[in-house]
Amino acid sequence: MSADHGVGEISLRRARWGHGETAFWLIAVAAIFVFSDRYLILTEMAWLGLFALSLDLILGYAGIVSLGHAAFFGVGAYCAGLLAVHGLVKEPVLALVVAGGAAMVLGFATSFLVIRGSELSQLMVTLGIALLLRELANKFSDITGGFDGLQGIVIDPILGLFAFDIFGKVGFIYCLVVLFVLFLLARLIVHSPFGLSLRAIRNNPLRAAAIGIPVNRRLIAIYTLSAFYAGIAGALFTQTTALASLDVFSFERSADLLLVLVIGGAGYLYGGLIGAVVFRVLQDVFSSWTPQFWQFWIGLVLVLIVLIGRERMYRGVLWLPRLVMRRMAFPGRSAS
Amino acid sequence: MTFALETIGLDKQFGGLHVTRDLSMKIAAGARHALIGPNGAGKTTVINLLTGVIKPNGGKILLEGADITGLSVQARVLRGLSRTFQINQLYADLTPLETIGLAVSERLGHGGDWWRRMGTRSDVNAEIAENLARFHLLDVMNEPTGTLPYGKQRLLEIALAIATKPRVLLLDEPAAGVPQSERHDILAAVASLPRDVTVLLIEHDMDLVFSFADRFSVLVNGALLVEGTPDEVAHDPRVKAVYLGEGADA
Repeated sequence: MSADHGVGEISLRRARWGHGETAFWLIAVAAIFVFSDRYLILTEMAWLGLFALSLDLILGYAGIVSLGHAAFFGVGAYCAGLLAVHGLVKEPVLALVVAGGAAMVLGFATSFLVIRGSELSQLMVTLGIALLLRELANKFSDITGGFDGLQGIVIDPILGLFAFDIFGKVGFIYCLVVLFVLFLLARLIVHSPFGLSLRAIRNNPLRAAAIGIPVNRRLIAIYTLSAFYAGIAGALFTQTTALASLDVFSFERSADLLLVLVIGGAGYLYGGLIGAVVFRVLQDVFSSWTPQFWQFWIGLVLVLIVLIGRERMYRGVLWLPRLVMRRMAFPGRSAS
Repeated sequence: MTFALETIGLDKQFGGLHVTRDLSMKIAAGARHALIGPNGAGKTTVINLLTGVIKPNGGKILLEGADITGLSVQARVLRGLSRTFQINQLYADLTPLETIGLAVSERLGHGGDWWRRMGTRSDVNAEIAENLARFHLLDVMNEPTGTLPYGKQRLLEIALAIATKPRVLLLDEPAAGVPQSERHDILAAVASLPRDVTVLLIEHDMDLVFSFADRFSVLVNGALLVEGTPDEVAHDPRVKAVYLGEGADA
């Protein structure tokens, strides 16, 4: 311990769980009991949160922008649907992994196109790939069901034990567990040497290479992983709604995802999850006010966030809880 | 004899602009070699060629006798060729600990580890601490680099290059912009670089150059004008002409 002058201790401290994090997940679990009549929207928040988390991994950590992340979501969704319809993989968790794997293969293959070039070309390439896949799904309608979507998706009980119920309780718990497990993995990764090197690459790729970091290899790895996450999110969508239609690839889905991340903030893992919750609540509230114009209000919120600045808003909202937590956690010591 | 770093007929053109002309340099192992020249002589291009940021149109670069001309930037670093940067290109929101941790992790082959947190390997931790201690950065190791005094940032710049354990180090104007009060620390750090590391210093500051280097190469218009000991170079009429602006053709 003394040989390293506390270097190990300080490094590990960064990855330690905060009280806020514990509180976040306790609230998520509490939602199972508190909002027992809102499972459908909660489920949507869970897979949307996972989807946003996958974008955060490339955008917030590696600095890769994407306007076509729905490509991987869609592949995961169709894959899960096809596996169920044709009875290839009946067990949902296994099907989830296979669907994620399919998205991952696509992610790896397209990563070589995406990591080259500027942000603008990244936007165009990712957008193009998603549009391409949507048209392919449309073209091969005998496999995908075309505009009508896949018909007759029936999902077996999870692990052969827990059947999906009509209220969506099992579906929500399932999504939440998957989200939590993948979140833990993402959390481990961003605090690892690999994760640290991604931050270095995002800030200054030339400098990263000059330290000996293999920039392209790292970017390919995180892009592939992100595709896996997005594929899982898509598969969760299909498994909990028994739907897979062309709109899983839609441009709106990719664009909404960016909104979610803008609302929640990128680069600290919780942004996507918080953003997903806020986005869905706003969507719900606004569409009950004005069913036709809810997007106007979402747009207004977005403009306000950018103008006021997320930092300042958070400071306002979190001032009291942070004060209380600080008092409880470290009496007589200021929190860092 | 094998040289630590050698270029053979290095050539680079950007369109019609000929920025490096048939440059052949030999730098002996353990040397303190300075590359000097007036503004626009092409010193930065030489660094970019040596480190692999840009590829030459012709010629070869040898690192300890091995041809590295075709290698990527990071492959050259792992082979033992590192550089410091002229303007601070440090990671403002990372701490010195994390910054050095990046280099040490890569050097020891653990930079791609995703399954464990930073700080769990004692060999990596010890080497990070060693590097921080050598450059007097332990007291500020957990503060964001962007908030450190300029002198400390320059020290971190050198520490970062040394953390890759280079065989050859390219020092690009290490003292540029450092306030007088912090200058001494930088000069001491440069002077105390390990003797087995070959150093190529690119510098405007003639005091630093003459106090540090034992051999000079003078670059003018992308070509080597003179190479020799400090004495020879200081008394060379051609060098005087270039630095006084006489007869320096465009």
